[in-house]
Amino acid sequence: MNDKKWIVLGLVVFFAIVLFPVWYNRGKAAPAPEVWLSDTAKAAETCVKPLEDIRRNHMHLLDQWRDTVSREGKRVFVAWNDKEYYPGLTTTCLGCHEDKAKFCDRCHNYASVSPYCWDCHINPKEMNYGKK
Amino acid sequence: MERSRRSFLKIAGLTALGVCAKPVADVWAASAEHGASPQGRFVVGDKALTAKHWAMVIDTRQFESAEDLEPIIEVCHKVHNVPNLTVERHEIKWIWEEEFEHAFPMKENRYLNERVKDLPFLVLCNHCENPPCVRACPTKATFKRASDGVVLMDFHRCIGCRFCMAACPYGARSFNFRDPRPFIAEVTTEFPTRMKGVVEKCNFCAERLAVGKMPACVEVSNGALAFGDLDDPASDVRQLLKENFTIRRKQSLGTEPSVYYIV
Amino acid sequence: MLELALKGDKKYYGLVTILAAIVGVGTGFYLWQLQFGLGITGMSRDVTWGFYIAQFTFLVGVAASAVMLVLPYYLHDYKAFGKITILGEFLAVSSVTMCILFIFVDLGQPMRVLNVILYPTPNSMLFWDMIVLNGYLFLNIVIGWKVLEAERYGVPPPKWAKLLIYISIPWAVSIHTVTAFLYCGLPGRGFWLTAILAPRFLSSAFAAGPSLLILLCLLLRKVTNFDAGTKPIQTLSKIVTYAIIINVFFFLCEVFVAAYSQIPEHTAHLTYLFFGLHGHGALVPWMWTSMGLMLTAILLLLIPAARQNETILAVACLFVFAGTWIDKGMGMIAGGFVPNPMHHVNEYIPTLPEVLISIGVWAAGFLVLTLLFKIAIGVKQEAAGA
Repeated sequence: MNDKKWIVLGLVVFFAIVLFPVWYNRGKAAPAPEVWLSDTAKAAETCVKPLEDIRRNHMHLLDQWRDTVSREGKRVFVAWNDKEYYPGLTTTCLGCHEDKAKFCDRCHNYASVSPYCWDCHINPKEMNYGKK
Repeated sequence: MERSRRSFLKIAGLTALGVCAKPVADVWAASAEHGASPQGRFVVGDKALTAKHWAMVIDTRQFESAEDLEPIIEVCHKVHNVPNLTVERHEIKWIWEEEFEHAFPMKENRYLNERVKDLPFLVLCNHCENPPCVRACPTKATFKRASDGVVLMDFHRCIGCRFCMAACPYGARSFNFRDPRPFIAEVTTEFPTRMKGVVEKCNFCAERLAVGKMPACVEVSNGALAFGDLDDPASDVRQLLKENFTIRRKQSLGTEPSVYYIV
Repeated sequence: MLELALKGDKKYYGLVTILAAIVGVGTGFYLWQLQFGLGITGMSRDVTWGFYIAQFTFLVGVAASAVMLVLPYYLHDYKAFGKITILGEFLAVSSVTMCILFIFVDLGQPMRVLNVILYPTPNSMLFWDMIVLNGYLFLNIVIGWKVLEAERYGVPPPKWAKLLIYISIPWAVSIHTVTAFLYCGLPGRGFWLTAILAPRFLSSAFAAGPSLLILLCLLLRKVTNFDAGTKPIQTLSKIVTYAIIINVFFFLCEVFVAAYSQIPEHTAHLTYLFFGLHGHGALVPWMWTSMGLMLTAILLLLIPAARQNETILAVACLFVFAGTWIDKGMGMIAGGFVPNPMHHVNEYIPTLPEVLISIGVWAAGFLVLTLLFKIAIGVKQEAAGA
């Protein structure tokens, strides 16, 4: 086997590349962001789902909302506590959690997920589209 | 050598598969569990306008010129955040005007009644009873709502293949060739915009019907546009159809449009 | 066997590098399209499918034409094709690869492409097209690989491979039939609304595919020491002759129906393509060129002495390929959209980025083809040398 040095070199390069992100980011872990609640949200006391559930499963709920609203036309969500909500991102979610940057983006950035909800749904705070 | 390498790879592959399978299965189980969460249910609002088969009757006798149609087109495009694209190729329109010979090709006469000849006709999605676009869509992103016959677009699901646009015999559909947002002069917050790469069209104001409002175009038409339940003999639209001779676009294709015209 | 694709001379590596570079350029422009949207193409509200879908349609034909080798060889035991059947199968693999890439670059939201599987919709022809294309790709990769491997080790191919070969024959017909069904089932598109669209597609496919294969065989003889032999090339040339004549005949049938019935919705598209409509006629010179090429090719191919001269045969094959490419790759799709359903005439002209992306996809296909042919020829040379 006279390819030995090439194999070893190849392995070294391979692991160097694969492990680069780990090595590069070592010791730089950002602290997990605290959940930010607006005064409106604090005053409301409850969300559309129990706290644990909404924190863990809000993405599934949003999926369910979008299918039910846009496909079945059922536009009233009767929550676990019998309160009625309009299942919509802009009106209902942002209605309480007014600041998308503080409420949504901080965690999403931390978790490195980039949902594209806001490519279509409107955040009233960023309404400068047509100004060009 | 050949053999042992092969069996090594096989065992390694199977091991990798086994190691990966567990977390994937866990995630699936978790999402299935929560996807069908029992907490919360959905209902149609009390105020919602409902029908078995929504239909529209356009009384073109009440229009004289393009100016009469302008407010109708404008309000629709405003409430639905329809962008005003400057390049004609990329144009997006939900409701617009066409001359008789283009709105009703194969119905044109060389010598046409003068009023009809110069009159602009409103055209929009026909919300066909038998929609070819729905048949063509590979993801059910466009579908006919079972409850009321409205043909809708699910912008979340559209992959932008534009098969529906080839299938539509009325040219009712538009495609977002680029990000539409910079071209919306004034954003309506009650309705989402679209993103690049999806198809859009008139939705018979499904979002307004859900909260008890008539379609925006009907509301500003001063009675020229009637909207109601085609399956209800007592509805406005049925009365109009009973009393007037109406035509529909390209009836010979068997798509059964839900938009009728009194000429 | 993959290692055979790594052992080559400078010319081979040069070709691979050039093709890879073109793929790179195409990818660059695709990234731009991904970022901006399909607005960088010439497509419009009226002409919603353009160059990409036209190339896809044409290449489905090239892929399906592998059956013109597989069928005589495996069903009729036509031994002369034994040497080149693998080339046909690998040509099919590279063509289907291009087809899938062309569909992909045509999507407005490519990251959602799996919705087609997530929400399967059997009433959509695109759903079936996905199944038949991917199935055909799989069949040809497995069959080609297994048969070649068997040849390398001097053993007969496994029984189950034979079964797959039999399945692949009707499957080849199905890919082009379903592709025609994408178009010919649409109400209000008079140009496509014809029952002979699928037969037309198949006839032009069986002309274009084998003519490309003849050209490839002649090329291989020049640049490698692989000689397909005279007999299979001559048989292929007869297949091309029949197919191109049938293709032109089918086309004339369409012309008759439109011209004699004089129904505007059917005549308008042909008028647009061949004479221009309301002052728009970008495709007129192309369409006449296409007709000229196909008719000249028929003349050349019909004369046995001309056909047997391989230089003339090469010219005829080039004409067949170019003629059918213009007809299908340019006229067939754009022509169906102009005039639009409201009888407005808005023409389509592809833009430079669109053409470059298309060339990138073609280069990707030829890269796959180069690698696969290299392997196939490597195995044949090993077998001959042993």
